[in-house]
This record gives sequence, structure tokens and C-alpha cells, in this order.
Amino acid sequence: MTTLLDRKSTKQKHKTKMYNRGAWKYAIPAFLPLFVLSVVPLSQAIWTAFTDEAAGFNVKVKFIGFDNFRRLLTDSMFWASFKIGIIWAVSVTLLSLFLGFGLALLLNQKLRFLGLMRVLSLVPWAMPPVIVAIMWNLLLRPTSGPIEGIFAFFHIPGGKTDWLGEFNTAFPTVILIGAWVAMPIITVSILAAIQGIPTDMIEATVLDGANAWQRFRYITVPTVREITAALVALNIIWQFSSFGLVYVLTAGGPGGKTFVPALFAYNEAFKYGHFGYAASMGVVMAMSIGLMLAVYLKASKREKAQR
Amino acid sequence: MTLSVAGQSVAEKKRRKYYLIPTYIAVIAYVIFLGFPFLWMLSTSFKSPYELLQLHQSFIPKGFYWQNYIDILRKRGLINSAKNSFIIASCTTILTTILAVPAGYAIARLKKIFSGAATAWILVSQVFPVSLVVIPLFMAVKRVGLLDSIWGLVLVYLVASLPFALWMLKGYVAAIPVEMEEAGAIDGASSFEILKNIVFPLLLPGVVATALFTFLNSWNEFFYALVLIQSPEHETLPLLLARFMGSEGQVLLGPLAAGAFVATIPSLVVFGFLQRKLASGILAGAIKG
Repeated sequence: MTTLLDRKSTKQKHKTKMYNRGAWKYAIPAFLPLFVLSVVPLSQAIWTAFTDEAAGFNVKVKFIGFDNFRRLLTDSMFWASFKIGIIWAVSVTLLSLFLGFGLALLLNQKLRFLGLMRVLSLVPWAMPPVIVAIMWNLLLRPTSGPIEGIFAFFHIPGGKTDWLGEFNTAFPTVILIGAWVAMPIITVSILAAIQGIPTDMIEATVLDGANAWQRFRYITVPTVREITAALVALNIIWQFSSFGLVYVLTAGGPGGKTFVPALFAYNEAFKYGHFGYAASMGVVMAMSIGLMLAVYLKASKREKAQR
Repeated sequence: MTLSVAGQSVAEKKRRKYYLIPTYIAVIAYVIFLGFPFLWMLSTSFKSPYELLQLHQSFIPKGFYWQNYIDILRKRGLINSAKNSFIIASCTTILTTILAVPAGYAIARLKKIFSGAATAWILVSQVFPVSLVVIPLFMAVKRVGLLDSIWGLVLVYLVASLPFALWMLKGYVAAIPVEMEEAGAIDGASSFEILKNIVFPLLLPGVVATALFTFLNSWNEFFYALVLIQSPEHETLPLLLARFMGSEGQVLLGPLAAGAFVATIPSLVVFGFLQRKLASGILAGAIKG
């Protein structure tokens, strides 16, 4: 056990060795298109946040400084939506991480029906979001869906609930569907990391008398730590700035219970045509996410240093 | 975790038997959770309009109503849009992989200011809501004359998928022991040879995972396609299905379910091919000495 851990720590120190000094060259081809089609449009989007740009012809766009942001600070509707966005992003990420990790562990075992499970684990991902929404709508229909049928079969009350339409159930239901969609990425990524563990390492620990739990704790967990940290960070970002699924499932309803901020900004831009104001929302969202991430990355770095 | 190892103790094997019961309960729960919605859709695709109007529908349809499939395939465009989607997703995947593997390696191995800035940018570019970037992006694609072209969409998808691919691969590279590269360097291999002969084979499961992700994301993407594609002959599958869904404001459940099923097949096939690569222990025996 100790030799393994020692090896890991020396590995960290050896990272910048002479021979891979030239490695930066490999990054150029990837960063060129990223710069042209990502940096440039983004800069323009940020600039828009400081203007009064709105839909319509022959309107001269004026630079208005921080006016949009000042107005946004007192926009209670936006902040209510912002809070929903945070709850949505964190819940979907944690739930899908929990479910995805469990599935990855199962898929790594020698079990029956593995092939079927592997394919099934990708189903949510293989589907266009439009279809996912339709499918779950079919499932959750309060009068004829199969969920209602299962509730009735087991005599559980509440089968006739309109899961996506009622105040109390709409948000949790959308979160569950969000986790269903987010799961495959996490499962596949974690599974790949687990399968990257050299067999010798596992054999060595088995010979040392390590039990399944110890192997999990001292080999699996450290191996997947980096990828898990990355997955958590990315999922929170994606979920916070996504609205496709919510848009097709509930369109922000009922009564604004699922009105995530990305949807808010989208409506502001494409429904009401307030591009400048919508862009300022985007900037505020990006900054808050950036702040959250900085805290998160710092914490995970500190944890890494402590190990 | 449960690779069968010669040295496994008897007690361990006994304990493993007890683990199997909750393990299989978990397996069944996952299979239902993941698969049932899909099967329900499949069953819906075979139901006649009359059956779909009834309360308490059965899981097994009352006969196979193929008309739904004929309907969706006859609606000119499903085959063509599937072809578009496939070309776009394949090209995006190939380009992303070619660009991201070396770059991901560079980011992971150069822990200096450069890699810090690169990582920061990857994150920043992910943070902005797509709906805001799409207007300037539209202008940029228009300027290079690739508006309403599948190649314009490939370019946009490439840029959209690169940050995640880089981030993923960086993590996988970091998990590869540096000692193996050092051994290569001592043997006199150039940095490109090290990347090609030592890092890449070990990275393969991670590359496959990344490629899968890229393919499926491009296959399913809706929003950019909606904004950048205008003519029906360049339509992608999600666009077509969405149009079909919205036509006359009436959701035609049967044909829509049939179309959705057809749209899901290629992804499942691709994964069926690639999952073996994921499963085989590529790293087994990699560390020799």
C-alpha cells in the first residue's frame, strides 16, 4: 500500500521534465479554431452587455456603461430565477454523480447482462433532448402513463399526480430527468478511469491482503478523484447555463417553479429582443459560476496538497 | 475491483456471494430506470392513433402498426437529415480527436502558466450561456460564408466540443504514470514518439470515451443547428423531428416515436462497436518494470 502511495507522490513532482518541454506545440492546432470561433464571439457578447442593443432595424446601439447591471441588481424576478438555477445545477450534478458512479462500479464487475447494461447506460445520451422530453411526458402522463399504472397496481396513492404540472412535484421531477440525461457522461468517464487502473496494481494489493473496501478506498477513489472533480465542475457549469430540457419539459412553469436563469436570459433576448440586458444577465451568470468554480478548484487543490 | 485473481482468498469468495444479491437488485433497478423510458417509446411507435387515445395503455402494443414508420420515412427528409447528422457528427468527432489528443497531452504535462491559462479559458468558454454566444457566432459563420452549410455546423461543433474534450483528456493523461514516458525518453524516443507509442495506447479508453461524447453531442445538438441551418436539405435529425413535432401544433405521437427510435439507432450501434475497446483492459500489462 505504502509503495503505491509513494509512487504517486513522486509522480506529481516529476511532471515537468526536460523531454516534454516542447509539448506546448501540440496545443496550437486546437487553440486556433477555439480562438477564432470562441474568443471573438464571446468578447462581442460581453461588449453587448454594456450597450442598449435591442431587436429592430435602424436602431443605433449606444454604449451605456453599467446601466444594465444596475438595473439587474434590483430585478427580483431574475434573482429568484438565479436561485432556482443554483438548486437545479447542484441537485442534478450530485444526483447524476451518485447514480453514475454506482453504475460505473457495477459495469466494472463481472456480472450477467453486462452488455445490455453498457448499451442501456448510454440510452439517455443517445437521444436528442426533444425526444427525451416527449418520452418522459409520455411516461408521466397523469391519466394513461405507465407510472400511473404502476402506482395503481401497487395501490399507492398519488398516481394521478401531474408530475410536471404541479407546484410541489414539477421541480424535483425535472431534476430527476436532468440527472437521467447527465448520467451517461459521468458513467463512461468514471468507468474509463477505473479501467485505466493497471491490473498488476490490483493483483499486488490482493496479494497484500487488501479487501474489496480497501481496494475501493485506496485504489479506485484516488484514481477517479481527478476525473470526478472535473466532472463536477463541468456539470455544474453546463447545468447552470442550460435550459433546453427545462424549456421543452415545462417551459419554466408551473408558476415559475422551474424558471432557470438561462431560460430567463433567453426569453429576454429572443422573446422581448433586449439583447443588451440579456447579455448582462449572461455576464452575471458567468461571473457567479466563475466565482463558484474558483472556490471549488481552490478547495480541491488544497485537498490534493493535503494528501 | 473484482477481477478474478489467483490469490483471492476463500473467505473473500464467500463474501462475494452475499454481495451478489444487492448487486443484482441494483442492476435490475438501473436497467429499468435507464431502459424503460426507451422501451415505452418503442412500444408507442407501434401503436395506432386509436390506441394512443385510450386510457391505461398496455406496455405491449395491440399489434404492430408499421404505418408510423412508413409515415415518418415517407415524410421526405428523414433519410436525408439522418445522412446530414451522420456526416456532421463523424467529421466533428474525427477532427476533435485529432486536435484534442495532442493538446490535452500538452495541457496535462505542462503545469506552467500556459496550461493554467488554457484551463482557465476552457472553463470560461463553457460558462457563457449558448443563447448569448449564438448571435456573434452566427455573424462569424456568415462572414466565412458557411451559413446554412453542414461544414459550418461541423466548425461550430468542433469549437463547442473541443473544450470538454481537452478537459477530459487532460484528466486521463494525468492518470498515466510519468515514469513510462521517462523510460521512453531514456531510450531515446522523441517527444512525438513518446506521445504516439507510449501515451496514446494507454490513453485509448479515455480517447474512446471522449470521441463517443463528441459524436453523440453533435448527433443530438439542436440549438446551433436551429440557428445556423435554414434550408430543409441541410437539416439535421433533431431539427426535422422538432419540425415534425410542431407541425400543425399537433403532436403526432406514433410517427414521432418511430422517428425518435430511428434517430437513436446509430448512436447505439456506434456504442456497440466501441464498447469492446472500453471494456478490454488496455492498460493490463502496460507497466513492465
